[in-house]
Amino acid sequence: MTDFTRRSLLKGGTALAAAGMVSSEALVEWAKAWAQTAPWKPEKGAKLAMLRWKYFVQAEDDAFVKMLDAFTKATGVPVEVSRESYEDVQPKASVAANTGTGPDLFWGLYSLPHLFPQKCLDVTDVAEYLGKKYGGWVDSAVKYGKGSGTKWIDIPICYSGALINYRLEASKKAGFSKFPAKTDEFLEYAKAMKAQGTPGGFALGHASGDGNTWIHWCLWAHGGNAVDKDDKVVINSPETVKALEYAKTLYGYMIPGTASWNDASNNKAFLAKEIFWTNNGISIYVAAQNSAKDIAEDMDHAYFPIGPVGKPTELHLMYPVLAMTYTKYPQACKALMAFMLEAENFNPWIQSAKGYLTHCLNAYDANPIWTVDPKNTPYRDVAKRSLTAGGLGSVGEKAATAIADFVVLDMFANYCTGREDAKGAISVAERQLRRIYR
Amino acid sequence: MALAFDQAAARVTPRDVTAWDRLKTNRHWLGAWFMLPAAVFLVLFLAYPLGLGIWLSFTDARLGREGIFVGLENYDFLRDDPVFWLSVFNTLLYTSVASALKFAIGLYLALLLNEHLPFKAIIRAVVLIPFIVPTVLSAIAFWWLFDPQFSIISWSLKKIGLISNNIDFLGNVWNARWSVIFANIWRGVPFVAITLLAGLQTVSPSLYEAATIDGASPWQRFRYITYPLLTPIIAVVMTFSVLFTFTDFQLIWVMTRGGPVNATHLMATFSYQRAIMSGYLGEGAAISTAMIPFLLATIMVSWFGLQRRKWQQGSDND
Repeated sequence: MTDFTRRSLLKGGTALAAAGMVSSEALVEWAKAWAQTAPWKPEKGAKLAMLRWKYFVQAEDDAFVKMLDAFTKATGVPVEVSRESYEDVQPKASVAANTGTGPDLFWGLYSLPHLFPQKCLDVTDVAEYLGKKYGGWVDSAVKYGKGSGTKWIDIPICYSGALINYRLEASKKAGFSKFPAKTDEFLEYAKAMKAQGTPGGFALGHASGDGNTWIHWCLWAHGGNAVDKDDKVVINSPETVKALEYAKTLYGYMIPGTASWNDASNNKAFLAKEIFWTNNGISIYVAAQNSAKDIAEDMDHAYFPIGPVGKPTELHLMYPVLAMTYTKYPQACKALMAFMLEAENFNPWIQSAKGYLTHCLNAYDANPIWTVDPKNTPYRDVAKRSLTAGGLGSVGEKAATAIADFVVLDMFANYCTGREDAKGAISVAERQLRRIYR
Repeated sequence: MALAFDQAAARVTPRDVTAWDRLKTNRHWLGAWFMLPAAVFLVLFLAYPLGLGIWLSFTDARLGREGIFVGLENYDFLRDDPVFWLSVFNTLLYTSVASALKFAIGLYLALLLNEHLPFKAIIRAVVLIPFIVPTVLSAIAFWWLFDPQFSIISWSLKKIGLISNNIDFLGNVWNARWSVIFANIWRGVPFVAITLLAGLQTVSPSLYEAATIDGASPWQRFRYITYPLLTPIIAVVMTFSVLFTFTDFQLIWVMTRGGPVNATHLMATFSYQRAIMSGYLGEGAAISTAMIPFLLATIMVSWFGLQRRKWQQGSDND
């Protein structure tokens, strides 16, 4: 029996604190060395303000703050961070771009820089520097970074992935040792799962995240598209009809009630053992590890099945950071952007996000978070597999509006629930898309 | 010394009374001065936003960006938008059904609470609870009650053996409409009940005594004494109740976000979705502006329809 005294406890505490200090100090040392050699020298007396989306995981924000601390100590540039939920970053950034005052940097949803491309600082040099150093950018990140132009107007930081979550034993019982990789098989799977009383479900209510990701996957998997590459509305096509029919059949094999589901519904139902497959970020798994170990052990993640088009058609959300042209300290902004994505910073940061977030630079495939638990591995590839919002069309405001207004989601919901026939559902969506893309 | 000099000077040249002096001291103008702060307040926080909203509905403004004048273009688009008309239908259904039931239940409760009951004060306080709970909280509670998988209602009925599958409260079009209407009634009844109760207590007991002596039945007492004396307060309560119901937002937004397939979108939630979520401020403003005629009509009905009696306007009832 160890005899704990106040003194010994104090000592232990100091030792622990010291261990923390060492790594922090090492980071600062490295940061100082980095600042000496980095191509961007912050202006004298520079100060930065940043508005970022509000974290999903506290640990991620802690790691981010630590990173900023090191930046400030190394460069002498203080960074003031404020946080808003990701939907609210956009209106604030729009107002800032309009009035020419506000935070220097914004970190929000993919559509953000494309709302006011001419107000975003040209960061091509930063993007090229990072791309060269870290194995290149994934395709979708390049499109999100440049839009339709030739210059990079933002630096893609991370994706939040949404993939299939499914229970292992129930799937095995239904005759599937692995999650189906093709859409046809997936229908068989859903049918068998429902027949044995272990159904799954995708949200068909106004669920911004879960609803939009699966219906876009379904539309694209069958070759349907909202617009073509010139932003011409092409939703009214036989492919869209096929996608609708597929979704309706699938809907028949889902648990009843998905038409009212929001983003939280499938998490609840999965953790309560009501559903056995759904689409989600890694949050169900993380929650299960904490509170429902049996589910965590009996579940896994899989890519969305591949449809008749023969390639992945997933949609994941990307979060870029951009600097405004009105900033008085463009060099400091660029230095911070590059600093965030350097391996010494980015590796611990992406690790702290526990798989919720995925990198856009190929070299970070090697981060141990993706292999320490094989169930994390599918999320490693979401950036590579993701198509961009708007599909073939531009990635800007129009695509974001169509998603925010649930145009395609409502089209699917209208048809699946039997409110409209295919023609009616498509014509409502077509009319709305024409207005958005005019 | 200087003071004395000044006084002397003032005596020598008596100043003319200027218009400004009159304005400063005139009693009628004084009233206007006193009202000025309130007027500024109203213009700044009521008239200006209303005017701005109407102006926005004639522009193609986007979130964070000035728009240009486009005339009736937004209204033109909405005229052929089935989702807009669906939201109008939903709003009218929601308002009429919920208001009628809130009135009926509220009046019934008020009459009950006006009787001599044991623990009267406590019961009256309890009735107010749904009204006190923040709307968002009660909406979340209802969201759980109506959950497709975890509803306690479905669970209980299943245990009793009345149903074999969960009821799809919010996923089926008509179920969802009745569910949100139910939640709204639950929330709105106390306001109607307590206000009508206050009205009932102003009715003089001597009227009832006289009627009883004349042999009036309970129904006759209600019909010829309570109801006529209660009309002014009914007019006020129902105007407010209809206005609140018509512009309801929180309950719907928390419970269904307008789903399933827009079956519970009210004009208020639809306007928010178009204006803020999708960023089409102009179109959202047009949807909001389209609510104004309905609201004006409500006010007109209650003020002109229910306040016809002369004594209610301050003269004798002959």
